[in-house]
Amino acid sequence: MALVKPYLDVPGTTIFDADQARLGYHLNQFCMSLMKADNRARFKRDERAYLDEWPMSEEQKLAVLARDLNRCIALGGNIYFLAKIGATDGKSFQQMAGSMTGMSEAEYRDMMINGGRSIVGNRYVGEKR
Amino acid sequence: MARISASVYTSHVPAIGAALDQGKSGEPYWQKVFSGYEKSKQWIKANPPDVVFLVYNDHANAFSLDLIPTFAIGCAAEFQPADEGWGPRPVPMVRGHPELAAHIAQSVIQDDFDLTIANKMDVDHGLTVPLSLMFGQPPADDFRWPCAVIPFAVNVVQYPVPSGRRCYQLGRAIRRAVDSFDQPLNVQIWGTGGMSHQLQGPRAGLINREFDRDFLDRLIADPAALASMPHIDYVREAGSEGIELVMWLIARGAMNDKPPRVVHRFYHVPASNTAVGHLILENQE
Repeated sequence: MALVKPYLDVPGTTIFDADQARLGYHLNQFCMSLMKADNRARFKRDERAYLDEWPMSEEQKLAVLARDLNRCIALGGNIYFLAKIGATDGKSFQQMAGSMTGMSEAEYRDMMINGGRSIVGNRYVGEKR
Repeated sequence: MARISASVYTSHVPAIGAALDQGKSGEPYWQKVFSGYEKSKQWIKANPPDVVFLVYNDHANAFSLDLIPTFAIGCAAEFQPADEGWGPRPVPMVRGHPELAAHIAQSVIQDDFDLTIANKMDVDHGLTVPLSLMFGQPPADDFRWPCAVIPFAVNVVQYPVPSGRRCYQLGRAIRRAVDSFDQPLNVQIWGTGGMSHQLQGPRAGLINREFDRDFLDRLIADPAALASMPHIDYVREAGSEGIELVMWLIARGAMNDKPPRVVHRFYHVPASNTAVGHLILENQE
């Protein structure tokens, strides 16, 4: 019998559950490796060569190279792990979060200052606003 | 005998730590956050704990995907601030209370809660930001936190996280454990994380003031009913990272059964991506 996943109809949201964690295991462990300064330096020197040391899928590697965080998450990445790439690039959490919304950095920051993204219309996929 | 005298609840946003560490706390953006903790700093000076039992979550720093303990109690004599990729926060080493921690571990495990015991564990912003908010930045000539801290890490990163009900009942077991410790210690329990926020995907930036207000009201007045709220309600209403709020139920469960005295309540949007919520509740004897 399949597991119950009541969170699949939440819009714009991927829950990092056991299946996602399995899919993204090597991607996330690669991210963890960036907590060491030596590894950050090696990654920066030749990103592709560093990624090739990990048994990640080609799709995952391309998503990391493109810094496409939405794609990374779809492929099993988790934001707290992916944040290590952001730290390596000198990006803040707000810059990383904003990059997934299709908004500019300034637009996202202003949205937050003005109270954040409204819950209205954002509870269910396909919900009318 | 040891006693839990009060509980403190606060968000633990990493940008708050960065603002403090980089001397930005006077900026208007951050003043709106820090002003909510002025009263708290005065209160804790007047009511200094011997030990803080600090419920928080690790954010892929001490724990990678190698090991994912649902509940981990820090039993070491000291814990170092973690390097989260930006360098460790320039805050003091965290002094533990191995004797009380070991006592709580033994008591709570015998009470059917299967804790993981951590004797070596770095602590990230989830633990150090609340300390900074409540105690301020320790001065250079006396560079230490003013009390011992027992870190209690909860998995809220890989789903499923523990249920609200489990967290609330665990809090009650922690209270029984503290009550049976044979030293006259003033213990506070802190629940951290939240409030509404989402850090990932096209819905990132979600904030839900009504949910947060209702959560604070019910946490004070009717925590047992609040504890029955299913995970999906947190995710849908408070954002994927809003699920951190289950940790507040551990602290609330450790309070006694009388209505608590509300010492302080504060709410502000935003700190970076997050709604900041803060409560101080004292036990009534």
